[in-house]
Amino acid sequence: MAIDGVDKGRRRFLTATTAVVGGAGIVVAAIPFIKSWQPSARAKTAGAPVEADISKLEDGQMVMYEWRGQPIWIIRRTKAQLDALPSQDARLRDPKSLNADQQPAFAQNEYRSLKPEVLVLVGLCTHLGCAPKLHAELKPEPFDPEWKGGFFCPCHKSRFDMAGRVYEGVPAPTNLVVPPYRFIDDGRIMIGVSEGAA
Amino acid sequence: MSNRLTQAVNDLQGWFNDRAPSFGPFYRKHMTEYYAPKNFNIWYIFGVLSMVVLVNQIVTGIFLTMHYKTSAAEAFASVEYIMRDVEWGWLIRYMHSTGASLFFIVVYLHMFRGLMYGSYQKPRELVWILGMLIYLVLMAEAFMGYVLPWGQMSFWGAKVIISLFGAIPYIGGALTEWIMGDYLPSDATLNRFFALHVIALPLVLLLLVVLHIFALHEVGSNNPDGVEIKKGPKGNRWSDKAPADGIPFHPYFTVKDTFYTGFFLIICAFIIFFEPTFGGLFLEHDNFVEANRLVTPEHIKPTWYYTPFYAMLRVVPDKLLGVITMFSAIIVLFFLPWLDRGKVKSWRYRGTGFRVALFVLGICFVWLGKIGGGPGTDPMETIIGRVLTVAYFGFFIFLWVYTYFGLEKTKPVPERVTTHD
Repeated sequence: MAIDGVDKGRRRFLTATTAVVGGAGIVVAAIPFIKSWQPSARAKTAGAPVEADISKLEDGQMVMYEWRGQPIWIIRRTKAQLDALPSQDARLRDPKSLNADQQPAFAQNEYRSLKPEVLVLVGLCTHLGCAPKLHAELKPEPFDPEWKGGFFCPCHKSRFDMAGRVYEGVPAPTNLVVPPYRFIDDGRIMIGVSEGAA
Repeated sequence: MSNRLTQAVNDLQGWFNDRAPSFGPFYRKHMTEYYAPKNFNIWYIFGVLSMVVLVNQIVTGIFLTMHYKTSAAEAFASVEYIMRDVEWGWLIRYMHSTGASLFFIVVYLHMFRGLMYGSYQKPRELVWILGMLIYLVLMAEAFMGYVLPWGQMSFWGAKVIISLFGAIPYIGGALTEWIMGDYLPSDATLNRFFALHVIALPLVLLLLVVLHIFALHEVGSNNPDGVEIKKGPKGNRWSDKAPADGIPFHPYFTVKDTFYTGFFLIICAFIIFFEPTFGGLFLEHDNFVEANRLVTPEHIKPTWYYTPFYAMLRVVPDKLLGVITMFSAIIVLFFLPWLDRGKVKSWRYRGTGFRVALFVLGICFVWLGKIGGGPGTDPMETIIGRVLTVAYFGFFIFLWVYTYFGLEKTKPVPERVTTHD
């Protein structure tokens, strides 16, 4: 081809299409590498539901299980603890559990649980993932003179009531997470799978 | 005999020059014919020292990988094995861990030098931005390195830092799972952090360091007077065209830098041999306990070089806002060359307002660092932390207002560097 006969439109078209095809190729080729960072099949299997035995759990006791590496607390609340719950509503950030990310739909109730007395929670502070401590007694505590039982996080002083609901004015933004779970029978709970799910 | 040796050396030089004619000019451009201002003071050693530390990190890092096991089950024990059973392993590991902290010390001083003498100002904006990128990569590099020993603070530090990404609306949850490759920091997380720490990020870091130096050598070094020596008179002892106030980097500054490097290494040796954990600052006490995902340490805190930003995260009551505040504190530094509209570079000739503001910024940074390293339970400290955070950001707003509206009363800048004879 003669030098002065350069078809600039054709050259631009070829440059553009080559760049687009090459760019698309890079994007598509990146997908496997990005996906390889997802939890592997093994990690997913290890995250399968866990069965918990609560038949021997007495009033006011807590038992801890592990699901997906997270501590799962199961607490059989006393009547006094349950009765004190409504009295705290005014001091809480989300007393009606309106934030749907923090519990399955079945636990969006006054007690945040399937059965009023049995509380199931992920034992990790919603601030930065520390482990809050259970202070179950309804008595004044150094961190709260009107304490009605609940959880206190030693890391950054977040406080939660006996339903895992967060108090106003603490770093934790949301209520403690209720994991999906269902009752197999009165004494056994399956953690990690909701009622109705397979 | 000596004639034949000279001949051989010349022949070899000729052989190289024929095949790689650009090597010689390249060397001269960056070493013997790179004219740096003759009035450099002690603040100008931290760039070189950070490169000394970088070399130390690479060499000791390579040797650590020869004994370290990348697995959540074995990592902690393998580090103890390095410390106890590998010959001189303790020294290599302490050189690496001490080097990490000293890296940040020299980098922070290097950055503060830039603020004092206006080294980020035109025409050195690109040098500053590349430097900031180095700082960002360095923070990621140090964070991932700290996870590798798989101690309590490795695990919980990783958990807290990764959970920061969970504050991002909508994608936060999926993003943290993607980063960890699991539902919590685990073997998968440890392995990918190892890959990033020993290969990916060091490569990026080296590339950025090279670009940082190239960009600097294009525009030339700033100096304590903030005078552009390239705009001053020409002609020195080595060249008619070179700036009169410049002297060759090699041998003049290489000798000076070598001297200070020796001094610096004595300090390093003292830390490595006598106080390698530096009272729990360089290596936190909790990290001498193996990671346990069901037991949270009483005070989770990052290593000292992140604590100013960690303090900002903690004093903001809202999680997402806290994360935004923390990252903004770093991002805002990128915009410094455009926030500062002042024409005078060095604080020697800048207005009193600038000097006071910079002093306050330094205080804020150090004090926030102290708060971020503490337990964070004192309400008074939270209030102080909020004031300091506001003051930190206030520096940048003040600087813009101060210079944009011409409120700064500068002193006359000398024509040449003050010690030009």
